[in-house]
Amino acid sequence: MNLPDTAVRVFHFAILALMVIYTIQSVTVFGQRRAKDRDRTFALQNIEMFIIHFLGFLILFLKSPQTDLIIFYASTVLYLLFTLLLFRNLYPRASRSLINNMCMLLVIGFIMVTRFSIDQSIKQFEIAAAGTVLALLIPLIVRKLLVLTRMTWGYVFVGIGLLGLVVIAARVTNGAKLSLTVAGFSLQPSEFVKIIFVFAVAGLLSTQHSFRRVVIATVLAALHILILVVSTDLGSALIFFVTYLVMLFVATRNPFLTLIGLFAFCIAAVAAYFLFSHVRVRVQIWMDPFRDYSGTGYQICQSLFAIAAGGWIGTGLCQGSPGAIPYVSQDFMFSAILEELGAVFGICLIIICLAVFMMFINIAMKLGNRFYRLAALGLGTTYATQVFLTIGGGTKLIPMTGVTLPLVSYGGSSVLSTIIMFAIVQGLYMLRGDEVRRELQDPEREARLMAQRMQRYGDAPGRVVRPSQEAAGRGAKPLRPSREAAGRGEKPVRSSETSGRGYDRTSQRSRAGRADAGSVRTGQETRVWRQDHENRSRQGR
Amino acid sequence: MRTDPGRDDKKDIEVRRIDLNPKKEEVLTGRKHNMELSIAAWIFVLLFALLIGRVVFINVFESESLRNNINNTKADSNSENVIRGDIRTLDGTVLATTLVDENGNQTRSYPFDNVFAHVVGYASNGKAGLEAEENYDLLSSHSSLIKQIRAEETGEKVQGDHVIVTLDEKLQQTAYYALGSYSGAVVVMEPDSGRILAMVSKPDFNPNAIGMEWENLVADSSSSVLLNRATQGLYPPGSTFKMITSLAYLRAHPTDYSSFMWNCEGALSEDDVRITCYGDQVHGMEDLASAFSNSCNTAFAHIGLELDNSEFKKTAEDFLFNHSLPTAMQHSQSVFKLTKDSSAGEQMTTAIGQGDTLVTPLHMALVTSAIANGGIMMRPYYVDHIETNDGTVVKQYDPEIYKKVLTPDEAGILTEYMKKTAESGTAAALSGNGYTVAGKTGSAEYEKDGVTGTHSWFCGFAQTTEPHIAIAVIAEDGGTGSSTAVPIAKQILDTFFYG
Repeated sequence: MNLPDTAVRVFHFAILALMVIYTIQSVTVFGQRRAKDRDRTFALQNIEMFIIHFLGFLILFLKSPQTDLIIFYASTVLYLLFTLLLFRNLYPRASRSLINNMCMLLVIGFIMVTRFSIDQSIKQFEIAAAGTVLALLIPLIVRKLLVLTRMTWGYVFVGIGLLGLVVIAARVTNGAKLSLTVAGFSLQPSEFVKIIFVFAVAGLLSTQHSFRRVVIATVLAALHILILVVSTDLGSALIFFVTYLVMLFVATRNPFLTLIGLFAFCIAAVAAYFLFSHVRVRVQIWMDPFRDYSGTGYQICQSLFAIAAGGWIGTGLCQGSPGAIPYVSQDFMFSAILEELGAVFGICLIIICLAVFMMFINIAMKLGNRFYRLAALGLGTTYATQVFLTIGGGTKLIPMTGVTLPLVSYGGSSVLSTIIMFAIVQGLYMLRGDEVRRELQDPEREARLMAQRMQRYGDAPGRVVRPSQEAAGRGAKPLRPSREAAGRGEKPVRSSETSGRGYDRTSQRSRAGRADAGSVRTGQETRVWRQDHENRSRQGR
Repeated sequence: MRTDPGRDDKKDIEVRRIDLNPKKEEVLTGRKHNMELSIAAWIFVLLFALLIGRVVFINVFESESLRNNINNTKADSNSENVIRGDIRTLDGTVLATTLVDENGNQTRSYPFDNVFAHVVGYASNGKAGLEAEENYDLLSSHSSLIKQIRAEETGEKVQGDHVIVTLDEKLQQTAYYALGSYSGAVVVMEPDSGRILAMVSKPDFNPNAIGMEWENLVADSSSSVLLNRATQGLYPPGSTFKMITSLAYLRAHPTDYSSFMWNCEGALSEDDVRITCYGDQVHGMEDLASAFSNSCNTAFAHIGLELDNSEFKKTAEDFLFNHSLPTAMQHSQSVFKLTKDSSAGEQMTTAIGQGDTLVTPLHMALVTSAIANGGIMMRPYYVDHIETNDGTVVKQYDPEIYKKVLTPDEAGILTEYMKKTAESGTAAALSGNGYTVAGKTGSAEYEKDGVTGTHSWFCGFAQTTEPHIAIAVIAEDGGTGSSTAVPIAKQILDTFFYG
């Protein structure tokens, strides 16, 4: 009886230690320059994840031995192996950082949801597995179907339609439901509309941002948000709002618009406070949850008790009582994690979520096509906002809004939509590779990129461009962008590529008298740049 | 042929600036074009840092009070492995302990039966008092690791930590028996430290028999036996509130308060509200000091009419009316309702401590202590420290200043008035006992379900030169302060000074 207790304690500390190592690696890997180093880190992360997974389920098993648990564990291991290997083989250029973190979050979710209810966990797992199969196709779709970028109005109508349907369904059934039941499955459309909404906004704001267009986009976004507020889904409404604001800011590059948006938000928030009693209640329990402890404040009080009980290192899996928090596995999973796995683990989890977000942004930064760029940014923003709302709500940093912690909380729609979201971003990540690759095949673009690289890195101190004999041998052919471009006169060069609303600056730049130096230097540059690019494009592998 | 790339680039950028046409779509994403993305990313990095900060903050600053929160039942699961610790006084008197018989059955025992009923509380049928507030510490063990592991191996339970309280057994006994059969409460505290020395609430119950009597205790809704009146009972303060009215007057007349003169004719009418002095006495000409020591209602009603309502309210709120008291003890908030638009009647009744004003005995003791302590209010507390079974101190609670609620000068003036009250005024029974007392009586009239009555109040401290003890007494339906509450206070003071 006592040996297992000691063992469980040892396993607990092992999980914490591995989590800390994993988290440190998930951050430091961004700084690793050599692809080989990165590959090693990613492989180590996989090993750590599998050990955490194993130890977590071992503790669960020791606490309540049942065969179901073994079977379930085995299936999740197979699933994880399948996901990791398949993604790697089907999409060798996918971001490994993103896949690793996604799997890690899923593992934490599997352990925690199973800790509450193995039945729920199995259901969750089935949805995740189905979603992953779907997700394997998504990068392909994103890559091949350019029409996705031109269905703006489709997104708008589907999004508003789905959200409206929920309101109507709720009216009919006379309840404040946020889900639709389709073929036995209960779906929460707002989870999926989040993605559609991002695409709609990206479509609206990527092509132009005239005053008229901004007004149209704002009205449509406001419509989404209004429907969500009416259906009392305040969490989703906030996510949509923040996402729109951030996308607007990046698309228009106009901080004033964003400030006006924030100002409008403040007015709307104050109005909502006085108009809707449920908003008032949320704010009141945020200010003093203990005033109405046994009533509305109960959930957040229990959440705080759970966090306090956990301390830095946690009580150990199955040794706390996070079940006292109502709806713990949906809305308060983070508090449950803090109670049983401790604040150190929780902080690591926050950092992993941040690493995911940074990867999203990183991808957005490297994309040339404005639509994709905005989409990646928007998806990243919905993700980060959701994480902030749920963790901030559970810790009473902000009023609680009742949204899930993506991939970790229990909730089929949430897991499914998040996996899809990750897959889309993976698709975009590979697309970024495509853009570069196509550019390489196009001499004009190559020249332009080269010039851009010069602009980007040329002034970096301590960076020496080494000429290489081999480079010339390998056929990095010298280019003469200046002459070619000059031949076209003043006209901007249209590229043949998808994102080609291009404006070729090289042509103009060349007129500034760089033609003479062009050939030799650009050749060397191309070579070095290629090496650099090859390293970079391996980043995800 | 190589040129200096740096210089070349500068030229590049210049040209680029000229050519940059912001209205055109741009495909390439140089560093500059990522600025907005970077800003967005940094905002979220900041927000996430805030989340981490919040988690750290809870663990560093809030976790203790959350663990000890009265509603927190998380620690109860520890009782499977931990024997609930004792509650003891500083001199080692055991107020609550857990007895373990040969079969390992545990019973919670309270050696003093009813005497400490409310303040120590109970640990079955829910929890209350110290048993609830210190639940987490009582069920935690900081015994040496070796002992804990040994206990784990043998399957024995570990002895939980003991809670050592500042209550004084002798004073508590005196206060308990002095209050006698009255319903009401007594709070005794040290003005300069905030330590609670005694806390009695009646009607009471026997915590040893709480399991058996539970049904009756809960069913009896009229006398609310389980309520700790000392901290949660809300009473009209009656004339004891004149301490605060006087202060408000002092603040309104910082230079000429001593020229206050009032001719008491036994009654004062304004807007159909008639204020009379207690027992239809006529006090004649009075200055502020004699109006205070005579507890003259008409004089204070007159002051109430003159005072600016919002200034009056501010003074009351400085003394924490309408606010939580600075303590971990579960308590009710005192109420002061006067507003700008209050009628003359409300002004007069509020000034003499009637009206809608309500106060807890603990709060009155705190107000008295602040005056005794030269204006500095200490946080009231009754847990001195937590120690392990071996006597190692785990946590020590020290006196903490809450706030300076009045100036030393103001405190000095009020002390003079209160001294006069105890020498020649309504609390004159406290003079000539070998110690000097400053105090204020109160006879708080109430009406409940059509029945009227008078609660007997006394608030005071001793000695006047060097206050060591502050007392608040309320005896429900005890009549005037002089008749009931003052003799109770005298017994407590006698015990304190002569043992």
